[in-house]
Amino acid sequence: MKIRITTLAALAVAASAGMAQAGTLEKVRSAGVLACGVSEGVPGFSNPNSEGRWEGLDADICRAVAAAVLGDAGAVRFVPLSSKQKVLAVSSGQVEMTSRTTTWTMKRDGAEGVDFTQVIFFDGQGFMVRAESGITSAKELDGGTVCVTTGTTTELNLADFARAQNIQVEAVVFDGKREAVEAYMTDRCDALTTDASQLASFRISFSNPSAHTILPNLISKEPLAPLVAHGDNNWKDIVSWTIYGLIAAEELGITSANVDDMAANSANPDVQRLLGSSVDSGNFVGLGATWMKDAIAAVGNYGEIFDRNLTRPLGLERGLNAQWKDGGLMYAMPIR
Amino acid sequence: MSFKSKTRSTAWGGQSMGAVLVQAAVLGLVLSGVYVLFQNTQANLQDRGIESGFAFLGHEAGLPIGDSLIEYDPTRSYGYAFLVGILNTLLVSAIAIILSTILGILIGVARVSSNWLLAKMAAIYVEALRNIPLLLTLIFVYTVVIGSLPHPRDPISPMDGVYLTKRGVFVPRPVVEDGFQIFLLATVIAAAMAASFWIWARNHKRTTGRSVPGFLGGLALFTAITTLAFFASGSPVGVEVPAYRGLNFAGGLTLKPEFVSLVTGLVLYTAAYIGENVRSGIASVHPGQIEAANALGVSSGIVTRLIMLPQALRVTIPATTNDYASLVKNSSLAVAIGFPDMVSIGGTIIGQNGQAIEIIAMWMAVYLTINLLISVAMNFLNSRVQIVER
Repeated sequence: MKIRITTLAALAVAASAGMAQAGTLEKVRSAGVLACGVSEGVPGFSNPNSEGRWEGLDADICRAVAAAVLGDAGAVRFVPLSSKQKVLAVSSGQVEMTSRTTTWTMKRDGAEGVDFTQVIFFDGQGFMVRAESGITSAKELDGGTVCVTTGTTTELNLADFARAQNIQVEAVVFDGKREAVEAYMTDRCDALTTDASQLASFRISFSNPSAHTILPNLISKEPLAPLVAHGDNNWKDIVSWTIYGLIAAEELGITSANVDDMAANSANPDVQRLLGSSVDSGNFVGLGATWMKDAIAAVGNYGEIFDRNLTRPLGLERGLNAQWKDGGLMYAMPIR
Repeated sequence: MSFKSKTRSTAWGGQSMGAVLVQAAVLGLVLSGVYVLFQNTQANLQDRGIESGFAFLGHEAGLPIGDSLIEYDPTRSYGYAFLVGILNTLLVSAIAIILSTILGILIGVARVSSNWLLAKMAAIYVEALRNIPLLLTLIFVYTVVIGSLPHPRDPISPMDGVYLTKRGVFVPRPVVEDGFQIFLLATVIAAAMAASFWIWARNHKRTTGRSVPGFLGGLALFTAITTLAFFASGSPVGVEVPAYRGLNFAGGLTLKPEFVSLVTGLVLYTAAYIGENVRSGIASVHPGQIEAANALGVSSGIVTRLIMLPQALRVTIPATTNDYASLVKNSSLAVAIGFPDMVSIGGTIIGQNGQAIEIIAMWMAVYLTINLLISVAMNFLNSRVQIVER
């Protein structure tokens, strides 16, 4: 089933004759909808709720871009992608962007026909074990079994970690996250490994979260960033600056609640530029003057998005994802 | 309109010039279409900065593989990792083909049995397994049957050294010790003696008409000699018994849950189809043939072996060829339960390199090769059992 979609995507690369080279913006505008690749279900990042509405940090980034480009945060067609489809779907032009817990790596950026835009979540790979197992460090997994998802950097990091620590770890590799989690739940594996934020997100969905421990060791850097097809610089600018806009909005104290008021009354030149009240900043990347006003009104600033999707439901701390002023790594380039 | 023109034949197997031209034109169109697609793909890949070609197969793979027939570690190349996948696919297919053939024959014979209960149970088996998607059967076996086994800490041990757990089935591994070569030599001699006895028995029957149990006699001879040799050479085969250490069993032979589930699912599913082939083969033999043989007083074993089976096989083999081919292709459902077959490992390589076109071409080439080989072998077998008409 998934193989067939991969095949289709490969054929799409073959068939679409330079279509996505330029004019993604025109394509989105004429279609009136943004095709945005998301995960098949990771609570907190992108996951359909009981009414079928996609929720999460990744999904909200899709909405913010749709609002900035089309003025309508609802004009998004969410395309669930598996790990091995996520890069191919965007390089083949099947979707205009992918916002799907994808690690920014040199090889993907350089040799796989995609460009990364801006990090929306700084993560690291961790391990979850059953509390009753008594394991307190990933190094104690020698001789044990670890469930992992295929087509991800996770799989490689696990092999690297075992090699570096000189321990034997049996990896059971699954095609989908759901299968890997289920196998861990049926006790097929001693540990489940993926990005620490996702471990937290899975744990909250278990019937007895406290029976599972996330080990303190992080074995990798996982900067998660949305990606676009290589070759359309303007489109890359649009997605990158929309993300900077959301981060800047938090820094400047603009929220979904006060955005209209700020646009009309703020005396801060940074706010005026961002919301298009003085300088038409959207014009720099080919968008309308109200690009950021629409985006913030729809999904809120970065902090609001983080709080709504990750802090409140999953209990995740801001950590590295705090604003630079607060000791984190979230730093918006100047919008001027 | 003359009679002559209708029967005129040409150099192209009786086709008219016009038909040949049309076919040539269509072929030309298809080939140029393929060429345009190929050029287009190359240009697109280049525009997007996607590497193409098979050079990546030489790069270090770095990915972990849980189940491997040959020695593997992540420092090996992608090409080697793919080879591990091919071998896993072949292993699963070969074992599943053998087991599903055995089970299929049993099911097929049971379906035509005069025992009402046996026939009904076989019928229910066939209908149930054929009408449930294989994927569901696989997931059921994997999560429910294997998943309900205990943790290695507290295993089910039906006999000494054999442990059933949800981390796999652990059995003792035979280990070769001193004196094994003597035993091996004795085995070869015993096999030769058994074969010569069998050939002698056949000749004896041909020349004198007296039946000597050549096969059974040969088997008895072989068993007796090898057993004697085994003890005479000091029982040169030891066992390595699996033992629980830390988190799992170590030592011995391990059958991973993914492997067991995949083979079980494939066997259960394919046996239902093979059972139907066997049933229809048996049903195709005219009852008069059996009745005639019975009337001559021939023993029922010989009736089955020399009258029923040869005729039933003519119907059974071609249909079973298809089922073997399906089984090989169905083994790709391994991705759903985490068995590292060729498709699963290839998928990982796509995820890490984005070189889907190359991997998909390799998948197709391997499946095509395996299935063509199966087809050739089965066609050979089929040609042996067809009635020779004069």
